Amino acid sequence: MNRVRTSPLAWALFSIAFVYLVVPLLAMVWASLTTPRGWTVNAYTEVFSTPGFAEALLFSVRSGLITIVISTALVVPTAYWVHLRLPHLRPLIEFFTLIPLVIPPILLTFGLIRFFNGTPLTNSSQGLYVLLLGGYVVISFPFFYRSIDAGLQAINLRVLTEAAQSLGAGWGRILWNVILPNLVVAILNGSFITFSIVLGEFTISSLLSQPAFSPYMLDLSYREADQATALSIISFAFTWLSIVFISIIGNRRAGAARRALTR
Amino acid sequence: MATTTTRQPVTAARNSLQLPFSISIDWVGLLPFLAFVMVFLILPAWSIVQRALTDGTGTLTLSNLLNLTNPTIAQAYRSTILVSFITAITGALIGGGLAWSITVGNLPAWIRSAVLSFSGVAANFAGLPLVFAFVALLGRVGLLNQLLRPTGAAIDPQTFLYGFWGLCIVYTYFQIPLLVLIMVPALDGLRREWVEASENLGATRLQYWRYVGIPILLPSILGALALLFANAFSTYVTASALLGAIGQTFAVTIVVANQFRTDTFGDPGLGYALAFSMIVVIAITVMIYTYSRNRAERWLRRAE
Repeated sequence: MNRVRTSPLAWALFSIAFVYLVVPLLAMVWASLTTPRGWTVNAYTEVFSTPGFAEALLFSVRSGLITIVISTALVVPTAYWVHLRLPHLRPLIEFFTLIPLVIPPILLTFGLIRFFNGTPLTNSSQGLYVLLLGGYVVISFPFFYRSIDAGLQAINLRVLTEAAQSLGAGWGRILWNVILPNLVVAILNGSFITFSIVLGEFTISSLLSQPAFSPYMLDLSYREADQATALSIISFAFTWLSIVFISIIGNRRAGAARRALTR
Repeated sequence: MATTTTRQPVTAARNSLQLPFSISIDWVGLLPFLAFVMVFLILPAWSIVQRALTDGTGTLTLSNLLNLTNPTIAQAYRSTILVSFITAITGALIGGGLAWSITVGNLPAWIRSAVLSFSGVAANFAGLPLVFAFVALLGRVGLLNQLLRPTGAAIDPQTFLYGFWGLCIVYTYFQIPLLVLIMVPALDGLRREWVEASENLGATRLQYWRYVGIPILLPSILGALALLFANAFSTYVTASALLGAIGQTFAVTIVVANQFRTDTFGDPGLGYALAFSMIVVIAITVMIYTYSRNRAERWLRRAE
C-alpha cells in the first residue's frame, strides 16, 4: 500500500466539498455584480451612501471597541492571576469560558432580560445598551480567553513577575508595563475575533432592539438585496484579511522571539 | 523529645493560620471576573431554569414543562431535531470526505493549509451572509435558475430553499468546516505504523479500516456528530433570515424568539419551559461530546 501517492479518491472527495463550499460564494459575488440589464458595480459604490449605513456601522464599531476594552480589563488580569497563583483553578475558569459556546445567544438574551427585569437596565435604552455590551463580552469570552491563555503560556510569567517585583514594581505596574506589552499579539488576536463577532452579531442586538449593523443588513436586504449581498462580501473579505494579517504579525513575532533565543 | 512535642503544635497553628489567609488573598484577584460571569451568565441562565419550574407566584410546578406538548412546540421540536440530525450526517459525510482527503488522502500541503484556514472562517459563516449566498444560488432568479433557463428546467425555491429542505441544505454549509476542524486532529493521530503493522499481518486496506481505523476513530466521530447536532439545534439567525415568519414550524429557536417578542402562547411560563428544554437538550449533547472526547484522547495518549 503506497500512502505517499495521492489517490484519485482523495481528489474526488475534496472536489465534492469544494463545490459545496465555493459555489454559493460565487453565486453571491455574481448576484452582487449583475442586474437584469447587465454587469455593474453599483451595489458596491452605492451601499456606503445608503441612509442609515454609517450610523449602523459606527454603532457596531463603537460597541466592538468598548467590548474589547472591557474584555481586556477583565480577562488579562484574571488569566495572569490564575497562571501565577491559582493554576489548579484553570479548568474551572475554562469551564466558565466554554459555557457561552454551548448556550445559544437567544437563550442568553432571554435570561438577561428575565434576570434584570424591573431594574433600570431593562427600562431605558442606556440600560439595554449595557445589557448588549455584557452579552457581547460573554459571547466573545471563549475566543478572547483562549487567545490570552495561549499568549500567557508562551512567556515566562514567573520570572518576569519576580524580576519586576525585585525592582520594586507593584501589581498595577507589573500588569501595565511588563505583562501587557508581552501580550500584544495575543490581545490583538482576541480583539480581531471579538470585533468580527460583534460586527456579525444579530440575535442579541435585534432582541434588545439596538440599532446594530446586522439588523440593519437584514433590513437593507428587504429594500436593496444587491447592496446587502455586496456588504456581506465586503465583511467576509474583511474577516479573512484580518485573519491573514494576525497570522503575519504572529509569525513575525514568533520569528523574532526564536532569533532572540538562539542568539 | 520534649522540644519536638512543644514545637509541633506551634508549626501546625502557624500553617492553619497562614493557609486560609493566602487562599482568601488569591481568590480576591478572581472576584471581578467571577462577579461578571455570575451577573451576566450564571444567574440569567439560572433564572430561566427557576421560572420554568415555578408558576407566576413562585410555587414549584411541573405544569410549564407539561405544556410543552403544545402542538406548535411539538411540531417545531420534531423538525428541529430532524434537521439537526440530517445536517449532522450530511456535514459529517461531506466534511469527513474533505478531512480524509487532506490528511490520510495526502493532498498537497498548500491545499491542506488553505482548507484549514478557510474552515476557520467558514465555520462562523452563518447567519445573514450565508442566507444571501444560498438565495443568490437557489432563489427564483438565482444563479442555478439562470443557468437552467435555456434547458427549460427550473428549481422551485419554495421546495428547496424556503422550507425544511432549505434548512438542511443551508445548515450543511457550516457543518462541513466545523467537522473538518474537529476531525483533522483525530485523523492526524492515525499512525502510519498501524497501517504497516496490519499490512504485515496480511490485512487488506478494507480490513485495516474495518478493524483498526474506524474503531479508533469511532469516539471522535460520535463526539463530532454530537457537536454538529448541538450546533444546528441552537441555530437561530440563519433559520429566521431564511424563513421569516413561517420559521415557527421549523425551528424551536424561532418559537423562543417569537415568544420573547410577543407573548405568543399567552403563557410566559411556557416560553421559559421551552428555553429550559433547549438547555437540557444541549447539555445532553455536550455531555456525549465530552465523554467521547475523553475516550478519543485515551487512544491518542496511548499512541504517543
